[in-house]
Amino acid sequence: MDTCPQVVIQVREKLLHICVGGCWNRNIPWPQEAGDALRAIVDARISNVRLESTELVQWDSSLLVFLCQVVKAAKERSIPVQTALPHGLDRMLKLAFAVPPKEGSGRENHKEQLFARVGACVLGLLPRIGDFLSFLGELVFSFRRLLLGKTQMRLQDLFSAMHECGIQALPIISLTSLLFGLILAFVGAVQLTQFGAQIYVAGLVGIGMLRVMGAIMVGVVMSGRVGAAYAALIGTMQVNEEVDALSTLGVSPHDFLVLPRVLALMGMVPLLTLYADLMGLVGGFMVGTLMLDLNPMEYLNATVTMVPFKHVIVGLVYGTTFGGIVALFGCYHGIRCGRSAQAVGQATTTAVVHSIVGIIVATAVITIVCNVLGV
Amino acid sequence: MVGCTAQDKQTRPLEDCVPRIRVRELSVAFGSYVLMSKVSFDVQPGDIFMIMGGSGCGKSTLLRVLMGLKEPSAGTVQYDGTDFWNGTANTRSELMRGTGVLFQNGALWSSMTLAENVQLPLQLYTDMDEAMIREYASLKLALAGLAGFEDYYPSEISGGMRKRAGLARAMALDPPILFLDEPSAGLDPVSSRLLDDLILELRESLGTTFVIVSHELASIFAIANNGIFLDAQTRTATAHGDPNALLRAPDTEANARLFLTRGGAKAEATT
Repeated sequence: MDTCPQVVIQVREKLLHICVGGCWNRNIPWPQEAGDALRAIVDARISNVRLESTELVQWDSSLLVFLCQVVKAAKERSIPVQTALPHGLDRMLKLAFAVPPKEGSGRENHKEQLFARVGACVLGLLPRIGDFLSFLGELVFSFRRLLLGKTQMRLQDLFSAMHECGIQALPIISLTSLLFGLILAFVGAVQLTQFGAQIYVAGLVGIGMLRVMGAIMVGVVMSGRVGAAYAALIGTMQVNEEVDALSTLGVSPHDFLVLPRVLALMGMVPLLTLYADLMGLVGGFMVGTLMLDLNPMEYLNATVTMVPFKHVIVGLVYGTTFGGIVALFGCYHGIRCGRSAQAVGQATTTAVVHSIVGIIVATAVITIVCNVLGV
Repeated sequence: MVGCTAQDKQTRPLEDCVPRIRVRELSVAFGSYVLMSKVSFDVQPGDIFMIMGGSGCGKSTLLRVLMGLKEPSAGTVQYDGTDFWNGTANTRSELMRGTGVLFQNGALWSSMTLAENVQLPLQLYTDMDEAMIREYASLKLALAGLAGFEDYYPSEISGGMRKRAGLARAMALDPPILFLDEPSAGLDPVSSRLLDDLILELRESLGTTFVIVSHELASIFAIANNGIFLDAQTRTATAHGDPNALLRAPDTEANARLFLTRGGAKAEATT
């Protein structure tokens, strides 16, 4: 009998007696009378509620939840509630109502309509672009201070950023570019061998890698490897108020955090692009000599004659642009990060997505420009 | 359960009771660096137990050992007579369910609202339906003085409120033991006092046992009835007992006395 929770309701004229007893545990559902009691309070004839307990063996928060609901329901109808409960229970009940809900703290969960959401998205686009432009503007001022020799950037930050995004990226760049050169050569070979023009694999791989693919490989790898790291790092600094600490010291976060990273990436990505070009050529060379049985000297000679030097220059233009894009988006989303763990995750994701989209768009633009210029 | 309540303690000799937490000869090391050694103490049911000591003496680390986050290098920790660290991972997680933790900065999950933060333990470990869980979470937040803030995200409320919300989450499963890491650090005196009152209230009403790391002297003297003092130099516990009694006792170890008198009797005399 005492293993289950009990509620006994008695109505005496206008007085509602609610008597709780037994063993209240959160794993045992409320007795049916609990619901009856809550409904009874709403009855207009009731003008007084009395809470009591008999043979209350054990209780936890489930009883407290029930009593709170009773008191809340009574309060809604402004009926006075008398309590004759065990000491601890009474105190907890008082504590639950000790701090009234702050006015205006409640929130309504209203779902927005599709059009409203689309509209908000479009209207929010312009301020966001404006914000990015103001970030760019700050960076230009930073550059100006650098040229005037008044920068607050520390050289050691620049060098460590260069080390991080340059030398430490060599293994992964080697692997991806070598494999990409191999793939390019394979794909070309399938078609070219059909009419005995295997030697043109050298030109295909050479022009493909040097002109654009080497730079794109480096750009994509860098956006995942470095852009994400920048966004997460600066975002976490934002969460820890480290960026604010810099500002209060009179140090511009742009000089101190953004500029070295942008410079490092714009400096190192072209070099990495050259390296990726070389690895791609090695990949093509391996396919050409080992699979297509071309003479090694013949392959190298064909590469030199078929690939003019201007392609290397065009590749470097791509690479420098990509480096800038990755650094800009990484730092921008880091600096504009909110103050929670979730915001850091979001900043990192957006940084990578924007970098990769930016790389693709920039490739298209540069390709068209080169086409128009005839390079 | 064989633990004894505050009333039992007066009627029965202490040796008869199995303490809620029993720590014996505990040593904690990071690699070859020994942070503390041979720390022993008992926490009785309904105790408000303070872990005190200067910065870097291992207060928080000791708490991490008790919470199951850091393995000790030697010694035993028992909850209600069950060995914690020598048991299986299953026993450990079972025992941990009987505890709640308030981390120093609340450690609320930032992607969830306050209500969702409190609801998560309930969803994981109880069979209640969603409506009931919501009521539960609202109650716990109301007890912590946060009625009406259910749909707020942790980033939208103040530090003191985050702490209260953290306490509400720690209380979600009605654990008999609550661990609090620096509950009053960073709170204004009034909020800190309110938190102390809440702790006392929970102890009185629910009989919850508290293990608290703190160096807020006012709150230590106001709420603690037992505690240990860890010393950074000797790397062990140098004083045991009620902080108020330690302050009065003539034979309290020098560093512990310095701590409790805020740097010495002189400083106390001038204030």
